[in-house]
Amino acid sequence: MSVKPKKTKLEKHHIEDFIGRSYMSLCVLLLIVIIVSMVYFVASKGLANFFSGRVSLSEFFGGTKWAPDADTPSYGALPFISGSFLVTLLAALIASPLSICAALFMTEIVPSWGKKLLQPVIELLSGIPSVVYGFVGLSVIVPFLRDTFPGQGIGVAAGALVLSVMILPTITSVAADALAALPQNLKESSFALGATRWQTISRVILPTTFPAIMTGVVLGMARAFGEALAVQMVIGNAPFVPKSLFESASTLTSVITLGMGNTTMGSTHNNALWSMALVLMLMTFLFVLVVRMLERRNKI
Amino acid sequence: MGTAAAVRESFQTENLSIFYGTYEAVKGISLPFAQNTVTALIGPSGCGKSTFLRSLNRMNDDISGSTTKGSIWIDGVDINASGTDVIKLRQKIGMVWQKPNPFYKSIYDNIAFGPKYHGIKNKKELDQIVESSLRRAALWDEVKDRLKDSALALSGGQQQRLCIARALSVNPQILLLDEPASALDPVSTGKVEELIKELKEELRIVIVTHNMQQAARISDFTAYFYLGSLVEYDKTEKIFSNPDNQMTQEYIMGRFG
Repeated sequence: MSVKPKKTKLEKHHIEDFIGRSYMSLCVLLLIVIIVSMVYFVASKGLANFFSGRVSLSEFFGGTKWAPDADTPSYGALPFISGSFLVTLLAALIASPLSICAALFMTEIVPSWGKKLLQPVIELLSGIPSVVYGFVGLSVIVPFLRDTFPGQGIGVAAGALVLSVMILPTITSVAADALAALPQNLKESSFALGATRWQTISRVILPTTFPAIMTGVVLGMARAFGEALAVQMVIGNAPFVPKSLFESASTLTSVITLGMGNTTMGSTHNNALWSMALVLMLMTFLFVLVVRMLERRNKI
Repeated sequence: MGTAAAVRESFQTENLSIFYGTYEAVKGISLPFAQNTVTALIGPSGCGKSTFLRSLNRMNDDISGSTTKGSIWIDGVDINASGTDVIKLRQKIGMVWQKPNPFYKSIYDNIAFGPKYHGIKNKKELDQIVESSLRRAALWDEVKDRLKDSALALSGGQQQRLCIARALSVNPQILLLDEPASALDPVSTGKVEELIKELKEELRIVIVTHNMQQAARISDFTAYFYLGSLVEYDKTEKIFSNPDNQMTQEYIMGRFG
């Protein structure tokens, strides 16, 4: 005897399911709308100068003279773009070896207490507000640099040093996670061949986790690139392409935060700052893209 | 257990106990491993057979909280004594794990890796070691045209034979196998078993397995472990046809464990 299945009645759990699903869809939709409109807003403002022809692309990206208030204003952003890249790269160069060693120390060398000791320290480091970093940099690093090297102490070197401490936790924790995720018996099979710990670390562990560690480095660079306050406090904010590490310079972020309050919406100066914001945003996208590519390579 | 320490083999354990903290995972086991034989270690999960196997090339050193008492004799030297050069020792005793674990490198580099550690830089010599190791692991014909490909592109069975080839590359006298075929399909399992039989002509093999038929097929001696103790050790035919111990019989018949 076959009974045709009755059309299922709308029951309580169906309604719950529907409500939950709608709520979540709404949230996701809102998120997408916010992101898209932000990108649109920044892009429309940032590109306004180029469309109206008040600033040419070559002047913005190639010009070294930033004088928005002069009688014949010029809007060369090269000093800030180069400053941003310089401090970011330097910070990554300083922080990466330190972070990778710290990660190796806590996962490979002394896994028993290394993690217990370093994990809280790293979490603490990442929780310190950037103004505190800047302040410490201004009162410790800048005087040190001033006494040791020629110049005022403020400049690219000071900015990179402060940033390197700030991105240390990012790189360390990503690298430590990658190292911890390595299959245990991969290490063991290296040991079983009679390899020393150093040989195992340098020839098996590091090459295998390299893409994941690079992900950490790129994430750290993204943070360094976008950091404003701490850098602004120690870099000096002179609108010139840095010729020395110990000379005052500027970054995109510092010039935006310093200039934003002094301009009127819609003015050429204001729009030029938006162009820089757009450059920052695109660079961040690029960093995310690189991370994605590294992750894909990591899977093999 | 009278048979165990009767003849002093050039490779044997004597009263070997392994502790994790205060827990005694392996309780005073004496086992001989004769040249050109395969010894199978069987027993239910958690009986200490893998721990025992790992201790034979001091792999347990790297696990914090584990201590090993007793002796492991190789050619009259107790390698469990402090002061043993563990790095040197592990060249003598190769090991292969349950899951194939090739390095994230090319097939060639996987094999050349161990010899390079030990200072062989000559390209010709390395080429030769790679070829002979792969031949001994019966993998050469399948991979000789793509030695530069990633080892991860091989099938599971091929990867496992690659791992065996890698272990052979440093010319060990003893090969420890920890359930080497349990993650493989029947065809690959057959190949690995065939390989084990061939390899025993050159060295001695200790294998942990959960597969009774496999133990019966490939081993010459079988040791049955239960709760960290050695219950019975004898020739494989004897263990599988007429074991002395009731527990061994029940385990082999699949009534328990």
